[in-house]
Amino acid sequence: MSSLSKQPDDSMASVLRRSRKPRARFAPLTGRSLLRLVGQAIIRLDPRSLARNPVMFVVGVGTLVTLWLTGEALLGGRPFGFDLAITATLLFTLLFANAAEVIAEARGRAQADSLRSTRDHLLANRLAGEREEQVAARDLRMGDRIRVRAGELIPADGEIVEGAASINESAVTGESAPVLREAGTDNSGVTAGTKVLSDVILIEVTAVFGQTLLDRMIALVEGAKRQKTPNEIALTVLLTALTLVFLVVVATLLPFARFVGTEVSPTVLVALLVCLIPTTIGGLLPAIGIAGMDRAMRANLVAKSGKAVEVAGNIDTLLLDKTGTVTYGDRHATDFRPVGEATETRLRDAALLASLADPTPEGKSIVALARERGASAAAGVDDRFVPFSARTRLSGIDRPDGGRIRKGAPDAIRRFVTENGGFYPEETTRVVEEVARGGATPLVVAELLPEDDSGADRGRVLGVVPLGDIIKPGIKERFARLRAFGVRTVLITGDNALTAAAIAAEAGLDDYVAEATPEQKLELIRREQAEGRLVAMMGDGTNDAPALAKADLGLAMNSGTQAAKEAGNMVDLDSDPTKLLEVVEIGKQLLVTRGALTTFSLANDVAKYFAILPAVFVAGVPAMAALDLMQLHSPESAVLAAVIFNALVIPLLIPFALRGVRIRPSSADALLRRNLPIYGLGGLLLPFIAIKGIDLGLSLVI
Amino acid sequence: MNEVFLVYAVVLLLAWPLGRYLALVHASTPTRLDRVFGSLEHAVYRAMGIDPAARMGWAAYGKALLELHLVIALIAFAILMLQGWLPLNPDGIPGMDWDLALHTTAAFITNTNQQHYAGQAQLSYFAQLFAVVAMQVITPAAGIAALVAILRTLLGPEGAQSRTASGDVAVGHFYVDLVRTIVRLLLPLAFVTALLLAWQGVPSTFEGARVIQPLDESAVAEQRIPVGPVAPMVAIKQLGTNGGGWYGANSAVPMENPTPVSNLVETVAILLIPVALLVTAAYLTGQRRLALSIFAVMLVLSASLSGPAIWSENQPNAAFAGIAAEGPNLEGKEVRFGATATALWGSLTTQTSNGSVSGMLDSFNPLGGLAALMGMFINATFGGVGIGLINYLLFLLLAAFLGSLMVGRSPEFLGRSIEAKEMKLISIALLLQPLLILSLTAVAVTVPGLAQTSNPGFHGLSQILYEYSSAYANNGSGLEGLGDDTPWWNLSCALALILGRFIPILAPLAIAAAMAGKRVAPTTSGSLNVATPSFAVLTLGVILMFALLSFFPALALGPVAEQLGLAP
Repeated sequence: MSSLSKQPDDSMASVLRRSRKPRARFAPLTGRSLLRLVGQAIIRLDPRSLARNPVMFVVGVGTLVTLWLTGEALLGGRPFGFDLAITATLLFTLLFANAAEVIAEARGRAQADSLRSTRDHLLANRLAGEREEQVAARDLRMGDRIRVRAGELIPADGEIVEGAASINESAVTGESAPVLREAGTDNSGVTAGTKVLSDVILIEVTAVFGQTLLDRMIALVEGAKRQKTPNEIALTVLLTALTLVFLVVVATLLPFARFVGTEVSPTVLVALLVCLIPTTIGGLLPAIGIAGMDRAMRANLVAKSGKAVEVAGNIDTLLLDKTGTVTYGDRHATDFRPVGEATETRLRDAALLASLADPTPEGKSIVALARERGASAAAGVDDRFVPFSARTRLSGIDRPDGGRIRKGAPDAIRRFVTENGGFYPEETTRVVEEVARGGATPLVVAELLPEDDSGADRGRVLGVVPLGDIIKPGIKERFARLRAFGVRTVLITGDNALTAAAIAAEAGLDDYVAEATPEQKLELIRREQAEGRLVAMMGDGTNDAPALAKADLGLAMNSGTQAAKEAGNMVDLDSDPTKLLEVVEIGKQLLVTRGALTTFSLANDVAKYFAILPAVFVAGVPAMAALDLMQLHSPESAVLAAVIFNALVIPLLIPFALRGVRIRPSSADALLRRNLPIYGLGGLLLPFIAIKGIDLGLSLVI
Repeated sequence: MNEVFLVYAVVLLLAWPLGRYLALVHASTPTRLDRVFGSLEHAVYRAMGIDPAARMGWAAYGKALLELHLVIALIAFAILMLQGWLPLNPDGIPGMDWDLALHTTAAFITNTNQQHYAGQAQLSYFAQLFAVVAMQVITPAAGIAALVAILRTLLGPEGAQSRTASGDVAVGHFYVDLVRTIVRLLLPLAFVTALLLAWQGVPSTFEGARVIQPLDESAVAEQRIPVGPVAPMVAIKQLGTNGGGWYGANSAVPMENPTPVSNLVETVAILLIPVALLVTAAYLTGQRRLALSIFAVMLVLSASLSGPAIWSENQPNAAFAGIAAEGPNLEGKEVRFGATATALWGSLTTQTSNGSVSGMLDSFNPLGGLAALMGMFINATFGGVGIGLINYLLFLLLAAFLGSLMVGRSPEFLGRSIEAKEMKLISIALLLQPLLILSLTAVAVTVPGLAQTSNPGFHGLSQILYEYSSAYANNGSGLEGLGDDTPWWNLSCALALILGRFIPILAPLAIAAAMAGKRVAPTTSGSLNVATPSFAVLTLGVILMFALLSFFPALALGPVAEQLGLAP
């Protein structure tokens, strides 16, 4: 708490980083922060605030009733110590529940404050015709164009329309290594609050003040404003129903007792009611939800709603791009494999020429390998480079003499060659398959000879360049964890089927889709969903946007285009594709925590019955003493011990609610086998021991 | 003890083929049975103006069910009020008071047969046949129809749910389900059972009461022994978890239950259809492992209710303390059957919401009475015909809600999500039981002169609690000793009867239809498997916790305090 309550510095990155340290999580409460916590907890005793939570509202009413009874006893000159003790304990029950919520929110509050101060001081250079005018970020409109120079903070979310720049995004990601953002690429998106380190860029504003990623983060960390998720609503229905049952159970106990000729103190009845209603889960429910969002934040994930985090726990199918997720993504040429009459030298030179203007890592690696192997060809002034196009899926070079060199996927090359009257030899297919089976991506190089009058075949295949990639270490284990949870992993790649199969097998994926286009991604998601599966995918490009929107969990890379970020329901600030795996675990953890505490809370009631009921009736019905399994000190101490346990269990479980239940990746059956004894049986037995212990302590005092 | 195992064994042996037969009865495809029963059924459909090929959504199905019950209620009420003027009344029995007639009507249209009158003395043969026996056939069939509709909607194989013309999820056709159950199951089975009972000596006649000259004429000059078509009524009373006997003392009377063989037949008949319905569920829906695990949980519940009851009744009655005579508690029991068989019957009758008795439950030792009460609070230990499994399904959904969360999934049952809407319906259906039973008991004990209990204190509380629990659980048995033919008892019980019957049918029907309309997530190792032993334990825990948490204080002040007070 202490570190969180400090005045935040200029960026929220430091806050995020700091709060990621375990020390900051449960730092000891200092005087000032404790005072603030107590103040907040007291403010929330406001009936309007309590009414949001039916369980705690009943506790609030019960507290008033016992307070009234205490006053009555006091004025009537009767002993009131017991009533007062019960009233105080009930009040603490309320305060503890409020504190749980305050603590959970406070962990986000400091982040929100720092984010807000960053946001509020942003200035923009807006282009007005030829001129530039300086305006506050809040006055920017959609579509405004702003210029940002090296050293300035980007004032709004937007897309670079001109220029490229290296940007420090540590303000939102906590990662200080600069990233490159460039107009016209899939990495054109910029975020408000980040800093341009070099160059000048022209940005078109895509999100106005109040709707930027920063704002979303602020809204998110300020848990109070968050909507209840469908799961929380359903659980609240159950808790409310149980509260109603216990209200009736306790209220009818009074006439029953009179009928059998004994009297019950109303104070004890209120105590019994508060013990029975699910105060533990009722008090911790908001904190669990906020903490779940918080854990996502700590993993640098911005969810658009709490629902997105919960959905993550339910994901059945995970669609993964190969590049950057399964493999490092820097595919590089490893060899030149000529086919037919072509020599390796010819292939090498052709590949070099076709790749000279290719900016992709693959292209650069071909150039490097060719040079390494002694190629010296250079492009002439009249050479025209043909960039990669999604339509032909080819790139290459057109020579001034009419000759053309192309490289691309085998099927694209086959079409290119045959369309131009060439011949695609069987041998090529054989080599391609051989390369693919090895897990590398085969790139085929072909040339089209200059036109002559001979009428001979113009096109011919020169050979295959294997593009090798390295599978990330540890990725296989992560997929195994996911499989244990029942999540199916599917590789989606533009690679051919053989390469995809080889990579999928090596990385331990369940399935693959080869030669996938964005449309096919969308189609696959539709198909999976039609079979009832919940699908998660990640993406960054504008062409991923439809699929991100269609997926149940669309995780957009922060480096990606604005369209992708709009379409997804979660944004990963680190732009780390393996994040999907963490999201699933965070979602599951959130749900398990809720289920475990509900079960625990309900199982606790049995011990409370055995503590309170004998105490209530033993005076009028001496035989009831046989139900006093715990052999408690006195009726008063028994009731008080049960109420104190009921109150104390809330703060004791706050760390548990905030941290979440630790879950091991395993099947649902195994999780249930493990959690049921811990939270069910444990919840049944623990309060017997705890209440006995508290009673022993009380017996020393009273 | 052998008789106990014999009953369970015979039930299991017969339930298997019967359950599979019943699955065939309700199969959606034509079967050979159609040739045997089809023409009779179609005659009924034509007479009622029903298109058997039509499909009903849950609301239409529920409406048809309610309409039918409204009609039979009006008929039964009229018969009970007017029986004095109606035929088949050789003993000249007059019509009932309106409140008793209302309660009796409510008791018989809800498959409860709670009796605030003595059958042989206050009902004419006409009323017995048309207001009682007819209901004893129709109401269990309605329960089975509702169950079948819920099973095929909630548990049916994926994609099997068809839609009605208006696009709702079709749950079946109420009258087809009803008529098939009556024609293909209840009537043939009751016929066979009635033959067995008549063979053992149960009367089956339309003649008036026999007038007997007693040996000792100084006591009474002559004794009238009412008879009538008893055997068929007893058969359907036992099979259809009805429970309302021809005679006020039910199957304790030798005329209803003359021999050990008839006792075995009648005890088996209590459990037979409720157990067979689990087999039906397995074969109708294909969820065999789930059905097996439900059976296991129910068997555990049954054993843990029957066991203590039998043990308790084999202890001496506390009133005999200090007397040299040792032995089981035979007070209020037929010596012909003994303590064990009577205790087993007494426990099974509340496990299944049957309500028939072969001994006086009021005279059971407190623990035996507690076991009987628990049976009604749980009301899903095999349970009433149809409704028992429906009640269990509610607990199953509740357990699935908790279980899903505990394995890190959004709440789901068989791949379909459980959301706020379903939780509301589940909550209403479950909440109503403690709400109604406890509040009505509280009113009865508070307002002076209402309760009319024969005992004060703990046992008095037990008697009142039992009466309302029996009404809500549609059980019908009673601790008796209540002066229960008063407007208060008649009207308050009628309320509990009707709400306790129709809410637990309509709410699950609505839930099933709502769930069936949802998309089904495929089963993976990450989804909650509801057929595992650990899930069965969770369900058992949910059932016990719900019953205990709701009723522990009331039980503590009733039978528990009584038992503890009696203990030396």
